[in-house]
Amino acid sequence: MSTLLTERKSSNLTRGRLPGYASYVTAGAAVVLAAALMALAGFNVLGWAVLSGLLYAVGTVTSAAVVEGRRKAVDRLATALVVGAFLVALLPLVSVIITVLINGIPGLLAPGFLGTSMNGVSGIQDNQSVANHTTVLGGAYHALAGSVLITLWATLISVPIGLLTAIYLVEYGAGNKLSKAITFLVDVMTGIPSIVAGLFAAALFSMLLGPGTKTGFVAAIALSVLMIPVVVRSSEEMLKIVPNELREAAYALGVRKWRTIMKVVIPTAISGIASGVTLAIARVIGETAPLLVTAGFATTINFNVFSGWMASLPTFIYTQIMTPTSPSNPDPSTQRAWAAALLLILLVMLLNLAARLVARLFAPRKGR
Amino acid sequence: MSITKQAGSAGGRTGDKVFSGAALGAGVLIMVVLFAVAVFLLVQALPAFTAAPADVTGGRGFTSYIVPIVVGTLIAAAIALVIATPIGVAVALFISHYAPRRLAQGLGYVVDLLAAIPSVVYGAWGASFLASQLKEPYQWLADNLGWIPIFAGPASSTAKTMLTAGIVLAVMVLPIIASLCREIFLQAPALHQEAALALGATRWEMVRMAVLPFARGGIISAVMLGLGRALGETMAVALVLSSGPLMASLIRSGNQTVAAEIALNFPEAFGLRLHELIAAGLVLFIITLVVNMVARWIINRHKEFSGAN
Repeated sequence: MSTLLTERKSSNLTRGRLPGYASYVTAGAAVVLAAALMALAGFNVLGWAVLSGLLYAVGTVTSAAVVEGRRKAVDRLATALVVGAFLVALLPLVSVIITVLINGIPGLLAPGFLGTSMNGVSGIQDNQSVANHTTVLGGAYHALAGSVLITLWATLISVPIGLLTAIYLVEYGAGNKLSKAITFLVDVMTGIPSIVAGLFAAALFSMLLGPGTKTGFVAAIALSVLMIPVVVRSSEEMLKIVPNELREAAYALGVRKWRTIMKVVIPTAISGIASGVTLAIARVIGETAPLLVTAGFATTINFNVFSGWMASLPTFIYTQIMTPTSPSNPDPSTQRAWAAALLLILLVMLLNLAARLVARLFAPRKGR
Repeated sequence: MSITKQAGSAGGRTGDKVFSGAALGAGVLIMVVLFAVAVFLLVQALPAFTAAPADVTGGRGFTSYIVPIVVGTLIAAAIALVIATPIGVAVALFISHYAPRRLAQGLGYVVDLLAAIPSVVYGAWGASFLASQLKEPYQWLADNLGWIPIFAGPASSTAKTMLTAGIVLAVMVLPIIASLCREIFLQAPALHQEAALALGATRWEMVRMAVLPFARGGIISAVMLGLGRALGETMAVALVLSSGPLMASLIRSGNQTVAAEIALNFPEAFGLRLHELIAAGLVLFIITLVVNMVARWIINRHKEFSGAN
């Protein structure tokens, strides 16, 4: 029995292959060696992790090259590169989130940040707060209100147009030339630079209402140009996966096409449509460039989208960084900018989360 | 009874007509909007094209104003693609073929999170955190590789340069390339992959022989869509780059992109300057339009012969 086992161990099938524990040994050696090297050069955790990873990759590739041959070594090298690329791609994400959290939390927790606007806050107040070490005055209430209102109007414009277009493409167009052209143009529209959408809205309204017209509504139009294609694409996908049997059953009962769409097709697809719309909102609420050229820079609260300049979170961040309220003491402005950035990221993440929840909550019930 | 029934059915017929009309109208409206974008930009841009050369910013006509910033835009996009393409393709491969099945979807969501972060936040991150980290590497590049024109010194002391802007752009286009490539890789025919493995191919050989040839068109179009995004991206460049005249060195302050030029100058612009900036926007629109159309054309052609939907 024991002779049989030893024979099997050295069989031809496993010859020239690294044993299963080889990778663990290499990993352990790499970690220890990296720690030793870092101890010589000055220790830090990030450098240690990077060095261990590199040493592990080199170790596995060379050991494979020696024992297993060139093909296996190339395979291990490719695996190391692919995994390494993924880890590199995570670095900026982690770095952005840490930077925003560290810089944003103090400002976001400052009293009045969510409840006050920048009305009456000038360089004098900022200089005083730096000199006396008092809390930074001013907040992002006006920007938050502006962002919500502009996005709301953009949604009100985009959703009906986008949804109806998707219905046309799926239910009426059925692959004719017009629907192919619309699909192509929607794809092209997805790629319009956001600043060009802003310029379009600005140019349109300066021709209609005179040059220099900057209101929240102009910004909403600009955002709609960016939002409509996203809504069309996601709704189209959702309508396409509604089973044809449901439509045919409705037609067989003599139900009109439009009532079939309203009462059967859309309710079946509503979860996907709603989550697609939420994702589209999440995309446009962070847009900065179109608002920069259409809504102006307000420092006061303005609830009327049809008149006067309007602030928004992205432009608030931009102006606080580029033109600090007090040029000699930019720190209060920087603090407000990071706090607003954290608020904006939280909003976007919440919307993304909401999209997933909506998709689950409104999903059509299966069975009884 | 029969009257109400007829009225009901007539109402239904009207409803049908109204509804299909509205759906058609919405579809046509989208075509009109895209057309209107082009027309309004063209009309508002015309004064810049016809203005006397001395009146245009720079004093030598619109062409010599726009060419340097178009070249700057192309440089920024090129840096972004050189960095983002290999990493994006590798990330997509990791999620589609290397990561454990159970983790794959969650990891894909993590990469998509990169796309969810607003561009102005990337700009702020690039200007404050990334630039401060890159000062020393740029100094090293200028000292040791300064003989290569793109690394010619003296290195910028703030590191707010074209290379920094390009890296931030790379981070922003990475999720686009990664998610599109992932879709394509997942569509690669499973039978081919299994056949390759059954013939004794290693995982990498399987990927190289059965997945990458299938996905070539998809990868090209994903990169081109990323290019479209990088060309039009505004805030990251506006916040990160301290702009200046066109120059070859990527680690000195200088260069400018079309989108950032518009964003930085539009709020204070009036008169002819306004028309100039809109004309610059028109140029950017046309460039991205061409890039996107070519990308979509490649995708559609690819769809037809791959049988994938």
